[in-house]
Amino acid sequence: MHGLTESVIAAACSRVGQSVLHLDRRNYYAGNWASFTFNGLLSWIEQYKNQQEVQITELEQVWRSLIDEGEDAVPLSALDSSISNLEVFCYASEEEEKEEEMKTPLSSFQPVNAETVSEEANGDSTEAHDTVTGDDTTASDAKTPNEEHEVSEPKEDQHTSDISEPSQSQEEKESQLSSSPADPPVEVQKKITYQKLVKEGRRFNIDLVSKLMYSRGALVDLLIKSNVSRYAEFKNIGRILTYRNGKVEQVPCSRADVFASKQLTVVEKRMLMKFLTFCLDFEQHPEEYQDYTEKPFREFLKNKKLTENLQHFILHSIAMVTQHTLTEEGLKATQHFLRCLGRYGNTPFLFPLYGLGEIPQCFCRMCAVFGGIYCLRHSVECLVVDKVSNKVKAVIDTRGQRISCSHFVVEDSYIRDEQRQSTAYRQISRAVLITDRSVLPSESDQQISMVTIPPLESSAPAVRMVELCSSSMTCMPGTYLVHLTCSSSGKAQEDLAPVISQLFHVSTIPGEEPSEGAEERSKPAVLWVMYFNMRDTSALDSSSYSLPSNVHVCTGPDDSLCSDYSIKLAESVFHHILPDEEFCPPAPNPEDIIYDGDGPQAEGPGFDESTNTEADKSLAEEEGATHEKSP
Amino acid sequence: MHGRVKVKSTAQQEEEKRKEREKKLKAFVSARDAVLRKRSAGEHDEEALQLTQQLLSSNPDFATLWNYRREVLLQLETSREKDEVQKLYESELHFIEACLKVNPKSYGCWHHRSWVNTRLPQPDWTRELGLCDRCLSLDERNFHCWDYRRVVVKESGVSVEQELQFTDRLIGSNFSNYSSWHYRSTLLPQLHPQPAPDSASNTSPSPTASPQIHSHRVCEEQLLKEYELAHNAFFTDPNDQSAWFYYRWLLGRAEREEMISCVYVSRERERVSVAFSKPVHAQSEGLMLVLDGQPQQVEWRSTHPRLRHSPVWLCDLPPGSVSDISNEHNLTVHWTEKYTHRDCALYTGCAESWCRDSATDQELFRSELSVEKSSVLQAELQSCNQLLELEPQNKWCLLTIILLMRALDPLGHEKETLAHFQTLKEVDPMRSSYYSDLCSKFLIENTILKMEYAEVRVFSLSNKNLTTLCHLDQLLLVTHINLSSNQLLRLPPQFAMLQCLEVLEADDNAIESLEGLYHLPKLEEVSLRNNQICKLSDLESLASCTKLTRLDLRGNPVHKTANIDSELSQLLPLLCKSQAFVV
Repeated sequence: MHGLTESVIAAACSRVGQSVLHLDRRNYYAGNWASFTFNGLLSWIEQYKNQQEVQITELEQVWRSLIDEGEDAVPLSALDSSISNLEVFCYASEEEEKEEEMKTPLSSFQPVNAETVSEEANGDSTEAHDTVTGDDTTASDAKTPNEEHEVSEPKEDQHTSDISEPSQSQEEKESQLSSSPADPPVEVQKKITYQKLVKEGRRFNIDLVSKLMYSRGALVDLLIKSNVSRYAEFKNIGRILTYRNGKVEQVPCSRADVFASKQLTVVEKRMLMKFLTFCLDFEQHPEEYQDYTEKPFREFLKNKKLTENLQHFILHSIAMVTQHTLTEEGLKATQHFLRCLGRYGNTPFLFPLYGLGEIPQCFCRMCAVFGGIYCLRHSVECLVVDKVSNKVKAVIDTRGQRISCSHFVVEDSYIRDEQRQSTAYRQISRAVLITDRSVLPSESDQQISMVTIPPLESSAPAVRMVELCSSSMTCMPGTYLVHLTCSSSGKAQEDLAPVISQLFHVSTIPGEEPSEGAEERSKPAVLWVMYFNMRDTSALDSSSYSLPSNVHVCTGPDDSLCSDYSIKLAESVFHHILPDEEFCPPAPNPEDIIYDGDGPQAEGPGFDESTNTEADKSLAEEEGATHEKSP
Repeated sequence: MHGRVKVKSTAQQEEEKRKEREKKLKAFVSARDAVLRKRSAGEHDEEALQLTQQLLSSNPDFATLWNYRREVLLQLETSREKDEVQKLYESELHFIEACLKVNPKSYGCWHHRSWVNTRLPQPDWTRELGLCDRCLSLDERNFHCWDYRRVVVKESGVSVEQELQFTDRLIGSNFSNYSSWHYRSTLLPQLHPQPAPDSASNTSPSPTASPQIHSHRVCEEQLLKEYELAHNAFFTDPNDQSAWFYYRWLLGRAEREEMISCVYVSRERERVSVAFSKPVHAQSEGLMLVLDGQPQQVEWRSTHPRLRHSPVWLCDLPPGSVSDISNEHNLTVHWTEKYTHRDCALYTGCAESWCRDSATDQELFRSELSVEKSSVLQAELQSCNQLLELEPQNKWCLLTIILLMRALDPLGHEKETLAHFQTLKEVDPMRSSYYSDLCSKFLIENTILKMEYAEVRVFSLSNKNLTTLCHLDQLLLVTHINLSSNQLLRLPPQFAMLQCLEVLEADDNAIESLEGLYHLPKLEEVSLRNNQICKLSDLESLASCTKLTRLDLRGNPVHKTANIDSELSQLLPLLCKSQAFVV
């Protein structure tokens, strides 16, 4: 797979002149770091569903014959089980576009779940879904008549709400009132239907992993150092929000925010600024915190006489640590946050346009520029291990080809349980929402917001939410793409649905307007949501596997906000493979590259599926595999 | 090395760059010479535009070329239709924009842009405003752009509200920005002027009462909002000075009325002394003296030849005009330029007389800060004290508190003020001399107030660490002054304004210069023990004080001079002749 770590290793090896062959059983780049168009995501969901049913067929015979004497075969797993508990619900109205401004009467549509999203993604298959069992239970038959019935009725509704003239009949008024009491008459927004989402699907870039980039984090540093940043564009996160006392509030974190904040008194402003200034170089003032090194950061904050307001902001939104985090770690986290402020804007974070999935691809591109070869839909069946040296000397691919290699880099999900010493991995709970407005509308509707949601109950995990606007090139105009992430305590839906229902309006019936209080109506409506769990293998290390020493296992994305873990892992694997080489030195400017005819012709076909056949037999590598060239 | 990208070596790259630079320089020099030749040949054609364009694109600071360009454009303009002229200048604007990208702070570019807009038949101000916004978002302190923006705003009639919102936006994104705060201070009085004091009252609608004096003030409602804005800034970052300066502006500064504050007449000397509310140059101010209804031809002079502008001026009356003690006289001094005057009556039997407004009457020393209501100032003082509790070392806060205290009750807060000054000198030692001088000034003001309340002519301020003397014009009538045990270095020329001074005590200072002891007609005793007077020549000015009978110089370096007595008697013959007591 081409996850971030594998892509960075591949780029780094290729950059210093190693031959790299990069194989992936998927038909897309970036593995679990991928981002998809809406339709692409629907296909991915479909694949997930199908994989659950696939029978693992052993094709041992094919590769057995390629194993010589003195060699052992270590088969790889054909099944990727890193994603689980995937569920999808659609709340957008499924009417034709011309009716999209209508209020959908009750009983018209039912939620749709993953199992029912069929090949014809835009089809009528809106089977009802029992959210508890995950089974298709309700009949879809009743739907068609209903739908036809609605077509005429809501049109009147629209009429009344559009033209609210005094001439309206009493009846019309009543119907308007009953369907949407006190609906703000202004901004009759075009409702977004499911069809619309599908039609505009290309405008979405939905990441499986939701992370931000600290402007002074390992990833940004690497992008700059290696010159890979030229392959991507970035947008600043506009604001940091938090959910508190039932409300979404802006967190004043930069100097400008503190100045402008209306929630803080002037004294609080001073206290906050004073505390943050202290955190910037807290190491210089050990007397301030040494009595608290063994105590939680939270207690230290209390001791500093910070108000409730400020304690919340610092603990949950700036340091982003838990109730139990120790003081020094909390101070370090705060310091890191602050050091990242002001480099690119008034928040510490950047986000790549077109989604985080761009980042592994940028490194793939650099790898390709320096001669790396990429093959999608092409996997490795087994490793060929030399019995004497206990090293991998070759791999056998799914087409029965034997490719020799000197190092093999692979993602954790390819490893079979037999090769594992430990299966102590965690899970990440994820939800992806498409909504119709921001959780905190402001002057600019084109801001990326990072929202910290402290645990709703003491046992629940803290949830991190990133709301992407359409100018981040990840969703269609008029919608927001919202990512929720937390470390799992159960299924993603169990972990995240309570948070979603607090912050969003989740209609019981697709396309329905909230009818409860004004509060519910002020919340953004969820049009579509996907839940899934992703395996977090970041706690594993080489001692967790019983594999030859030249097999380097990369763990998948961790649950943290940034990608630093994956970058550091890449660097350490690289130094393991090539102890004497520099990690990602700056790539030369295109004008400084000398083309002498048979050199690699720049980045032309970079991402196409290269024909792998001529991949030099002497140099093979693997799935996210890099390889040290043999002479 | 199959598959490995080959990269030019550093040396290769350097060499390429060097060649490139050389080539550029050659091209530039030859183009420059061509342009200058054309200009001296008086050619104003398209080619000139092209050539200067090439040069200016790489170096927009070449002012001569812009000048030449203007000549050419003016020439071309004459031979074209109006819409062609429009096009000509529009393309000029595009060109300038490109130059600004090379150097956004080029004087030449911005100036030329202003000029082009005056030539454009139909200038597009909206576009220009957009350009300013863009430039200021890249560099919010580009003062060239600020200047240009003011021109654009003026020409295109952008509303003051919009401009105020613009400053809101800039201050919101970064409040460390003098330009924005300052701009704000020019906009607010236009948008929220303080109502004229009497205009609301029906009883005395005085349209003539010009609001001139307070025309830069802002109405109270808006002021309170501005105070809040400033609080937000200095509570967020108390070390950022821009908000503090704005705050000082908000607190205001009264402009004192220009007036004659005192007229003093001495029968014996036949002399009139006049004090003004500010230093003036009397000879050119149209001063006129009327004695008993008769305008007098008099010669005005300042109290010291080094003071060309001075708040105190003297003149001698014609001999014998007031010398008869049994006569009563009426004097009027007219300040014709300011349409103001002051009378003074010299009654029978009086040796001297004066007429004046005291510092207390004029609330003279409040004028440093604020004409605000004291309730507003009191609230502001509280806010600042709140901040000081959190930031006991903050110099801006300390200084502002001192100023607020002075505006509210200078004598009542004297002790706290002195303590704050002490802290200021400790936390900001780089400016301790400034604080000492400021503190001296406040102490002198307080002593003047106390003296006036006590209705005496004795000024005593000893052992208070005075480093400087000021407000000496307010001491015109003082007869005794005690400045002992301070840190004074000199008696400055202004000291000569103490026209009534009889006794001076200034022991235990570090005085080196006595310039100000000059023509003090009543000075009899001078005690300067333990000072730093080194040379006999430093005592020269004393010779002009004809009534001096006692001079104490013990403990000065000069005292050790050989033959001090004879030297002194030579220098100050009058003093010695009258059997003066020189120790």
